[in-house]
Amino acid sequence: MENRSFYNEILTEHNIHPEFKFDLEDADIVLEGVNPSCGDDVWLKLKMDGDVIADGAFVGDGCAISQASADIMLGMVIGKKKEEAIKLADTFVKMIKGEASDEEIESLEEASALQDISHMPARVKCAVLGWRTLKEALEK
Amino acid sequence: MTDFDINKLREEFPLFVNEKNGSVLDFAYLDNAATSQRPKCVIDAEMEFYEKHNANPLRGSYPLSVEATDVYENARKSVKNFINANSSAEIIFTRNTSESINLVAYSYGLENVGKNDEVLVSIMEHHSNLLPWQMVTKKTGATLKFIECEHDGSIDMEKLKALITEKTRIVAITHVSNVLGAVNPVKEIAKLAHEKGAVIVVDGAQSTPHMKIDVKDLDVDFFALSGHKMFGPMGIGVLYGKEAILDKMQPFLRGGEMIDSVSRYDAVYAELPHKFEAGTVNAAGAAGLDAAIKYMQRIGYEYMQERELMLTKRALDGLKKIPHITVYGSDDAKRHTGILTFKVDDVHPHDVSEVLIADKIAVRAGHHCAQPLLQYLGVNSTTRASLMFYNTEEEIDKFLESMATVRERMGYGK
Repeated sequence: MENRSFYNEILTEHNIHPEFKFDLEDADIVLEGVNPSCGDDVWLKLKMDGDVIADGAFVGDGCAISQASADIMLGMVIGKKKEEAIKLADTFVKMIKGEASDEEIESLEEASALQDISHMPARVKCAVLGWRTLKEALEK
Repeated sequence: MTDFDINKLREEFPLFVNEKNGSVLDFAYLDNAATSQRPKCVIDAEMEFYEKHNANPLRGSYPLSVEATDVYENARKSVKNFINANSSAEIIFTRNTSESINLVAYSYGLENVGKNDEVLVSIMEHHSNLLPWQMVTKKTGATLKFIECEHDGSIDMEKLKALITEKTRIVAITHVSNVLGAVNPVKEIAKLAHEKGAVIVVDGAQSTPHMKIDVKDLDVDFFALSGHKMFGPMGIGVLYGKEAILDKMQPFLRGGEMIDSVSRYDAVYAELPHKFEAGTVNAAGAAGLDAAIKYMQRIGYEYMQERELMLTKRALDGLKKIPHITVYGSDDAKRHTGILTFKVDDVHPHDVSEVLIADKIAVRAGHHCAQPLLQYLGVNSTTRASLMFYNTEEEIDKFLESMATVRERMGYGK
């Protein structure tokens, strides 16, 4: 039963009761992210106010890690400037690759709950799906 | 039937006793449909080829090359007897089932299927017995048709009868579904195909490890199998084909050691089966496959089947008792060939397998290279546990115990 800590309450809560998993009808940016090999699918929807992410949501289907990670991400980036959100995405990917410093991990607040995935190579792509879709959407 | 001490049998598998991998009971390998484990005699046979007989078979006339040729050709004879083919000329060594079926698709399919013809496959096919036929029908303009399966994985023979017509040139079907474990009535299907003048191509990758294959009795035209799924090495597979059909076919790959003579602009191809074995062959792999066949003959299908059924029944009954679990396919353990594919309500298959991994149980999550079947079942992916006779009751119980905790560990009520 050693993975009780891995599928921790933060992760399972965001998976079962996501705050941002709904259809944002007046989104300005809509982008789909897919992991073809496992079928994880996330449609990211963002509403921009100039340079600031005014609102955001996602719809999709996939494993707990991919869905919870996207939900946590939206909670963190709404209200932030584009550059800040991209920086968070870069730091998150760094953490999942096991390359982030303690300080950087701390800056990821709730998303740091996913840091153990750096020890699970097969699940890395699940964890970063929402974040890489966000980065792609914002850099377009 | 010979009875064995299962713990002694497991000791013949180096992976089960290797300290690096933990002790026998530490790690439950339940992904046997993906690849089986190999007993030491198979690994030794492969190594022995390189240590004692290594030369390029079929080429040199010095003793070592003759020895290498003997090892390779003896393996062919062994396969021929194993599946009851008429002659060794009907046994072609390939890398695996996928290559075997591609050989048939390119060398028979493209030449014998025309624009107004049809190729019939089942919805249960592994991608390896689907994609080659998509290719053939696309290139020739023929129509690819599907026989659906019933809820329990069985095929309705009346529906099938209606689908096999004078237009049908090829019926390609799996002997055992790698998702449902259902056994298809290949002999009856072969009869229907032949009545309409079609040939039948059977994917035997999942059946060969679990049941006696008699290609003469089944009366199939082509039968493909993989060594690695039946305790043999990776990288060696077999295509059986009826001699009369193989004889008329053009080579699949061209190059070394598949010719009688070559001039600047032309070549006369070698006799069967060498016509289809271009390039240096995998003789060590063939030696390993030979050892795997001898191993299976020593254990006997009867013993393997009895254990597999006992274990499958234990697992199936146990899964049925856990709420929120759906097992796909038949209700009867006998119709699963050791394969149990299932879903847990609300929990994604990759999360199910992750929970099992944490408890040291290896299963497969995903689409199992059978996406059309999963679409037909209405799911994106599933989790699959697949058993072999060498699995133990303790492993099944450990698996069931872990399965009972999945929903709770994922934050749901029990």
